[in-house]
Amino acid sequence: MRPELQKLFRMEKLPHIWCPGCGHGIITRAIGEAIAESDINLDKTVIVSGIGCSSRAPGYMNFDTLHTLHGRALAFATGVKLANPELNVFVITGDGDATAIGGNHFIHAARRNIDLNVILFNNNIYGMTGGQYSPLTPTGKMASTSPYGNPENNFDIPALAIAAGASYVARGTAFHDKLLIECIKEGIKNKGFSLIEAMSMCPTSYGRRNKMGNAADMLNDLKRIAVNINVAKKLPPEKLEGKFLIGKLHHKPYPEFTQEYDKLILKLQKGAE
Amino acid sequence: MSPKARLIQGNRACAEGAIAAGVRFFAGYPITPSTEIAEIMSEELPKLSGKFIQMEDEIASMSCIIGASLTGKKVLTASSGPGISLKQEAIGYACMTETPCVIVNVQRLGPSTGGPTSSAQGDIMQARWGTHGDHPIIALCPSSVYECFTLTITAVNFAEKYRTPVYVMLDEIVGHMREKVVLPDADEIEVIDRKRPTCPPEEYKPYQIGESLIPAMADYGTGYKWHVTGLFHDETGFPSGNPQVIDAQFKRLMAKFKKYEDEILLWEETETKDAEILLVAYGSTARSALEAVNILRTEGIKAGLFRPITIWPFPEKVLKTLAGKVKKIIVPEMNYGQLFLEVERVCKDKTQVSGLFKVDSLPIAPDEITAKVREVL
Repeated sequence: MRPELQKLFRMEKLPHIWCPGCGHGIITRAIGEAIAESDINLDKTVIVSGIGCSSRAPGYMNFDTLHTLHGRALAFATGVKLANPELNVFVITGDGDATAIGGNHFIHAARRNIDLNVILFNNNIYGMTGGQYSPLTPTGKMASTSPYGNPENNFDIPALAIAAGASYVARGTAFHDKLLIECIKEGIKNKGFSLIEAMSMCPTSYGRRNKMGNAADMLNDLKRIAVNINVAKKLPPEKLEGKFLIGKLHHKPYPEFTQEYDKLILKLQKGAE
Repeated sequence: MSPKARLIQGNRACAEGAIAAGVRFFAGYPITPSTEIAEIMSEELPKLSGKFIQMEDEIASMSCIIGASLTGKKVLTASSGPGISLKQEAIGYACMTETPCVIVNVQRLGPSTGGPTSSAQGDIMQARWGTHGDHPIIALCPSSVYECFTLTITAVNFAEKYRTPVYVMLDEIVGHMREKVVLPDADEIEVIDRKRPTCPPEEYKPYQIGESLIPAMADYGTGYKWHVTGLFHDETGFPSGNPQVIDAQFKRLMAKFKKYEDEILLWEETETKDAEILLVAYGSTARSALEAVNILRTEGIKAGLFRPITIWPFPEKVLKTLAGKVKKIIVPEMNYGQLFLEVERVCKDKTQVSGLFKVDSLPIAPDEITAKVREVL
């Protein structure tokens, strides 16, 4: 790890707890790279997470870090950001954490357009509890609680975030790490709710059950299935079947919640003078 | 009438007490009979550069104030019945991480949706044990509008001083009752702020086992870069599964409350010096009990009232001493015997303890208490 990056991590806490072949390490590093390449005050940066594999990432990161309750990271982060809007607040969450138990907080944080940089590590499974299906496990896939194949439909996270009001939405993968870093950097610049879905892979609890090969095979799958949105625009729909889009999917800035609240405070105080 | 005298309800006094104590952040969710507190905070806080937010649910409200507290703000939430049940997970997180925060519970009839506009005292044991796992907690119980103001200040001060969540346990009667009050001025109010670290960041231990048992707490954003987790953690705040570390931290957490018990335990005694019959009552029921004492005294019955103001931890030593001097103890409460269990545990070796329990949506009237006294005499 290069020195500029080392100061962003709690090097003494490494190596991490994730399984061999897990994509989370690549994504965590990408967050570090994006922060290193952005002009933000490291002392005024807070990283909040929920519960699950991805949510252990902040423990390795050298900031004020807040490892909260399952699903509640965005609610805690809302408190941090609203109480002190000077702080740069990142939220690291997983597919189960953000879209099942935390689904309500997810749509409401997006609706408020509160300035949070949310990186959703999507490994399509509950990894930490041993491989149960999540709202992002594709239909038909095997999990320890879908032994006959997942009978449910899965969310399209960017579509959900856009519909709920997120002002910046992008997707990267553990394979397309350079693109992922660029997306996170754009998210940091966006004054409002930024959602970056980071496609990860879980060879231990997801790949194994679904006969997807080893970690390298799964990483190659991310490469094969992902299509950059700029390329996709030129392709006929049939070429996009079974693929997912990566890159900047949505960027529509509009007033941010904590700034609007501060304006209200100013207005009331001027009125009182 | 004094120019400062006002006719206000308990919920307003509670909100104003919080503001007087320095609360500048409130997150909540509408629920009867506590909603007025949120409404007042939404109006007043932005005028004081404070923040109000109506969250998407009760779980989010509780989580939100913990996040805000970590930035150094004094924080409050208020709820009732089902809302308090939903908050329990995050209240446990505040216990575990020792994050100062105050939860107002305006108790209503339960369980479940129960009776939203009816008073009850059914959440006494929930306040003690509502979240999973063993944990210490402080719960204060006002019985007048004035006391809603002063005890909310005390609750905020306790939360800050001892780094803990604190409940203020109103009931619907106390919350919605209007009384004439003359509230103290700001310069008459003692306000306590949490202890912040003075050491350099590399030496900071957010869960240090020091002499005070209350480690200093750094505001997020001040360069201390510390880690907060609901997992068991060592002195540095990072997760630990080491049995010795868990044992030492848990012992510190429990000992912290024992060490400051003399400051935390609050109660009030009326006519207890020569009392033969002792009533033990709290919240709105204590008002009926006080009237019952007055009636019984005119009849020549030597009755007295012990009113625990701090209900958790329970002021057992002082009550035990009193129990040794009286013939009978009666505990009237608007539940089927929750604090009664505690009184019985403390006093049963000294004297006979009876309960007067009522759960029908109505308050316990003084004549119901006097009738019970005559029955046991």
